Amino acid sequence: MDPIIASASVLAAAFAVGLAAIGPGIGQGNAAGQAVEGIARQPEAEGKIRGTLLLSLAFMEALTIYGLVVALVLLFANPFS
Amino acid sequence: MLNVIPTSFPTLLAELEVGQHLYWEVAGLKIHGQVFLTSWFVIAVLVLVSFIATRKVERVPSGFQNLMEYALEFIRDLAKNQIGEKEYRPWVPFVGTLFLFIFVSNWSGALVPWKLIHLPSGELAAPTNDINTTVALALLTSLAYFYAGFSKRGLGYFSRYIEPTPILLPINILEDFTKPLSLSFRLFGNILADELVVAVLVLLVPLFVPLPVMILGLFTSAIQALIFATLAAAYIGEAMEGHGAEEHE
Repeated sequence: MDPIIASASVLAAAFAVGLAAIGPGIGQGNAAGQAVEGIARQPEAEGKIRGTLLLSLAFMEALTIYGLVVALVLLFANPFS
Repeated sequence: MLNVIPTSFPTLLAELEVGQHLYWEVAGLKIHGQVFLTSWFVIAVLVLVSFIATRKVERVPSGFQNLMEYALEFIRDLAKNQIGEKEYRPWVPFVGTLFLFIFVSNWSGALVPWKLIHLPSGELAAPTNDINTTVALALLTSLAYFYAGFSKRGLGYFSRYIEPTPILLPINILEDFTKPLSLSFRLFGNILADELVVAVLVLLVPLFVPLPVMILGLFTSAIQALIFATLAAAYIGEAMEGHGAEEHE
């Protein structure tokens, strides 16, 4: 593999995951904070809030996973090599 | 190719090969043999457990029957919550199959020591570790919700595309493509990422340190199975529901 392509791919893979983690990180923090607030206000709704929170956290996590998939493609199945 | 984890590394359990497969030639098609082997294992486990659970059905369940009744109730509640009291019953088998297959696949990848069995090329891992499996499951889900929508609402199903306004038509059409895409990538990415993290940690510190990450992996794989099934049920429910004014009664 051309060293320039290799180095560009490694850098791009790192950026893909790193940048993709920012948005969902903020979003998950917001969601978890709101869920804690909700539980503090209404402790009897904890089970429902937890279920919804886990589901929505997984949705947000999926966005980072897309970045990860791009990174994995660049590392293991690079179309330009 | 950039193989971050060298396959020649001496530790037996730390190997991880991404993009290498055990190819089988069937009728001119190249198929990934290792995925088939593990899928058959998962199917065998599920069939065996169901068979043992229903062999001697008792009024007061115990053992396997108890476990499977719990699983059935769980799946039924899931489908009921997403699809609705009236329509959920015919979809319980589909949603349940998705959930159980993905759940057992994910956990088999984490719990069964596949790496002890050596293949000529590629390696055994969870079937959901391969993008083809997850894409197949996601496309089945797409087919299922189209079928659900058509069988329930006929051609009125298409009115869904121009709601709430016809301006959203392109986005609504795009949604049909992004649904299976996100379903499959989410599952595939999560499982592969989990196995990669465990493999890298095992490579660095072979003992004890990877254990918490493995437990986290078990948790996330269970959640992913739940999410896949929930979303499939939600899409089916959404397709049957209909937002049109004529549907409200």
